[in-house]
Amino acid sequence: MWLRPEPLIFEISSPGRKAYTLPELDVPASEYPAGYVRDEVKLPEVSELEFVRHYTHLSQKNYSIDTVFYPLGSCTMKYNPKVNEKAAAIEGLAQVHPLQPPATVQGSLELMYNLQEALKEIAGFAGITLQPAAGAHGEFTGVLIMRAYHASREDTKRTRVLIPDSAHGTNPATSAMSGFSVVQIPSDSRGNVDLEALRAQCDDTVVGLMLTNPNTLGLFEEHVLEVCEIIHACGGLMYGDGANLNALLGIARPGDLGFDVMHFNLHKTFTTPHGGGGPGSGPVGVSAHLMPFLPGPVVVKQGDQYTFEKPEKSIGRLKAFYGNYGMFIRAYTYIRMMGPDGLRAVSEDAVLNANYLKALVSPHFALAVERTCMHEFVVHGDIPGTDIRALDVAKRLIDYGQHPPTNYFPLIVHDALMIEPTETESQEALEAFAEALEKIAAEARSNPELLHTAPHTTPVSRLDEVKAARNPVLCYKG
Amino acid sequence: MPYLPNTDANREKMLAKIGASSIEELFKDVPAAYRFPELKLPKAVSEMEVLNELYGLALKNSSTGCFATFLGAGAYNHFVPSAIPYLVSRGEFLTAYTPYQPEVSQGTLQAMFEYQSMVAALTGMDVVNASHYDGATSMAEAAIMAVNVSNGKRRKIVVAPSVHPQYRQTLRTYLPGQQVVITGDENLDASLDDLKAMLHSDTACLVVQNPTFFGELLDVNGLADAVHAAGGLLVVVAVPVISLGLLIPPGEYGADIVVAEGQPLGAGLNFGGPYLGIFAAREQFVRKMPGRLIGETTDTEGRRGYVLTLSTREQHIRREKATSNICTNQGLIALTAAMYLAYMGKSGLRAVAEQCYQKAHFAAAEIDKLNGYQVVTRGAFFNEFVVQCPKPVAEVNEALLKKGILGGYDLEQDYPNARNQMLVCVTEMNTRKQIDMLVEALRSI
Repeated sequence: MWLRPEPLIFEISSPGRKAYTLPELDVPASEYPAGYVRDEVKLPEVSELEFVRHYTHLSQKNYSIDTVFYPLGSCTMKYNPKVNEKAAAIEGLAQVHPLQPPATVQGSLELMYNLQEALKEIAGFAGITLQPAAGAHGEFTGVLIMRAYHASREDTKRTRVLIPDSAHGTNPATSAMSGFSVVQIPSDSRGNVDLEALRAQCDDTVVGLMLTNPNTLGLFEEHVLEVCEIIHACGGLMYGDGANLNALLGIARPGDLGFDVMHFNLHKTFTTPHGGGGPGSGPVGVSAHLMPFLPGPVVVKQGDQYTFEKPEKSIGRLKAFYGNYGMFIRAYTYIRMMGPDGLRAVSEDAVLNANYLKALVSPHFALAVERTCMHEFVVHGDIPGTDIRALDVAKRLIDYGQHPPTNYFPLIVHDALMIEPTETESQEALEAFAEALEKIAAEARSNPELLHTAPHTTPVSRLDEVKAARNPVLCYKG
Repeated sequence: MPYLPNTDANREKMLAKIGASSIEELFKDVPAAYRFPELKLPKAVSEMEVLNELYGLALKNSSTGCFATFLGAGAYNHFVPSAIPYLVSRGEFLTAYTPYQPEVSQGTLQAMFEYQSMVAALTGMDVVNASHYDGATSMAEAAIMAVNVSNGKRRKIVVAPSVHPQYRQTLRTYLPGQQVVITGDENLDASLDDLKAMLHSDTACLVVQNPTFFGELLDVNGLADAVHAAGGLLVVVAVPVISLGLLIPPGEYGADIVVAEGQPLGAGLNFGGPYLGIFAAREQFVRKMPGRLIGETTDTEGRRGYVLTLSTREQHIRREKATSNICTNQGLIALTAAMYLAYMGKSGLRAVAEQCYQKAHFAAAEIDKLNGYQVVTRGAFFNEFVVQCPKPVAEVNEALLKKGILGGYDLEQDYPNARNQMLVCVTEMNTRKQIDMLVEALRSI
């Protein structure tokens, strides 16, 4: 890591310095209209080398998949193949305007069509929209589709969305944004949806259930078929949060299990890079009865030509244009290179790696639930008999060159550390991580201060988040 | 299999440690009837083969590199300096997650803080979030925020018909849950004065685009005052964003929320995405803002550092009470935009904006001289303008395409009264030679 303080780009700036070149203006200049022209924009002035060093230094202050093991639970931080980047940069695919006549973009439409078909097959759905830009955007799309479906049947008293207590925060936030109220369903001792509690909430006011499967404990819902039956019996729909689809490729298709609608995360399951926060891509799959409600446009094939079409009762448009197309190219490249057998091997190894790491870690940290896990597992990150909490363990892992797991989530597990190794890590990488955790568990007893003050090897130590929130400084004031 | 390091020997050892006899055994919780479906997908190909397939698809496209491009309408063809994609694609930026662990994410966090700072300067606003999906979703979130600022008491959104049609469509999809009325654009010819007359005590905001979808610059005198007198917020859609390199920014004429499409700032066209939703607001509304914010603070030793802040607005803390459900945003495109603004700098951004303006005005004057064509845009404009053509725009564009020209946007698709009207866009990428070619081609149609 680059440990030295890096000045802000504004602090490097020097009046009159330039990085850019532009052609000379080759048309006669006209006057600007009075009253419309601004004063200068206070942007930095730097040379190209200063620019390059600044951003190179900044990059070196990050942990990333390319540099370290990054086992963030439910985030699927797997290796992002380099060929994906090359593919997305192919000029004939990248330098295309979204409003060009369809006849001039047949290659892009064919790629989108092929990706739609592949995602349908992988998850067992009848229709796909590629438009949503991220997982939460896909959730919003899916819940709006559910809303439109009920409305089309004049079934308007359905206003309650059921959500397990282990769910991601986006599920309740999405439901609220769609105008629905949220009913939380507890989990049972094996980490499943509590069936009795679920039944008690099911009536003709239920929009549906939003279920993440495997759930955020990394466990496959043991009663998934029964859960789907219960929801369908009361007239509700099953929403699948596809955040954890990496456990299911070639293992089970959510559409077959009874889910009516589900979002994918191309940036998790299909190796498009997370980019320090995005862009993602959150296509949504639906079963046949929901196809008329998909957002438009979707790509359809007519003869040997591809074109856009707006579904009959479409909920409308979720963003301008067609979605995060650059991510479609990457995901499609990955699916082509893995093929059906490769995709199944992905999920098999993801689950094998998680169970192996669980076996290595569980002697030192207590498991939240004792079961065979899928692609991830959750442990309690505190050390009984000491004042060491999950946060201390997470921060100390950094000193061992490991990115911390997701911590304090799911909310139903105290001091949760949620560990998802992914299939692209080797046995040796898993062992190194487990060894670091074992040493940290020992340090918790021998030298707890080392953990309380960790990390020690980073450009900055623990930061004052209270100060940041109390007196927000959100931009450079010069 | 590519990317899978486990060998059979590894798998055996790992299974032994787990105490399982086979990998299949790990999936016993999956209902047997549905376990291990056969996926009917084409079989795997090598890297060489997949690239060849993609090169083949690229050949079925005509990229903007094949044309003189005069198409804008929300997506803009601008030059991207080489240093930007080179640095953006560094693995440490590309393959990092959302910066939840600040000690090992200072690179992303500082770069986003700089992004917020530069976009604040560009828009003339106080606070900027770390991005939305695109300009259209930023606008929809701005409307929701305006309703929330009124604590839900004001439920009317007045939107100008000259706002990008796809943005208005997105707004309508986003708001069915909010029980709001979206009005103003039923009459596609409504003027600013017509819209001002619709502002009342029930109005959460007025949404205008400046320059408008037709490229015209709005007369903003008294606009913010009119909205504020009714107790609402002024939301300005600053598309195309390059215009802010030259023109008075919305912050200076009283905007409360500014949204924009950040794609022109180094992101390339990419057939419509990934783009960048810019979102800026006045400081007094910061706790109602959607999306992530990066703040400056200090570490235990007093060193300057950056963290995600004011997170109690967000879904992972507030769940159903959050200001938005947004989680993953467009971080890497925000980084790209930050790099573009830093690289072009004070004089470079101005120079690009000036070239767009000058070339567009030259092209408009030349086209206006042609028999049968008329530039309908009469007021001040930036780099897009409306041309009345002698024939349907689809026909004109087909003829232009044969001459290697990607013509403008057919306005009749969205505005039935705009018969035979084409929205032409000119940027710094259009040479004098290309403009002359367009004029000659139009003359011959």
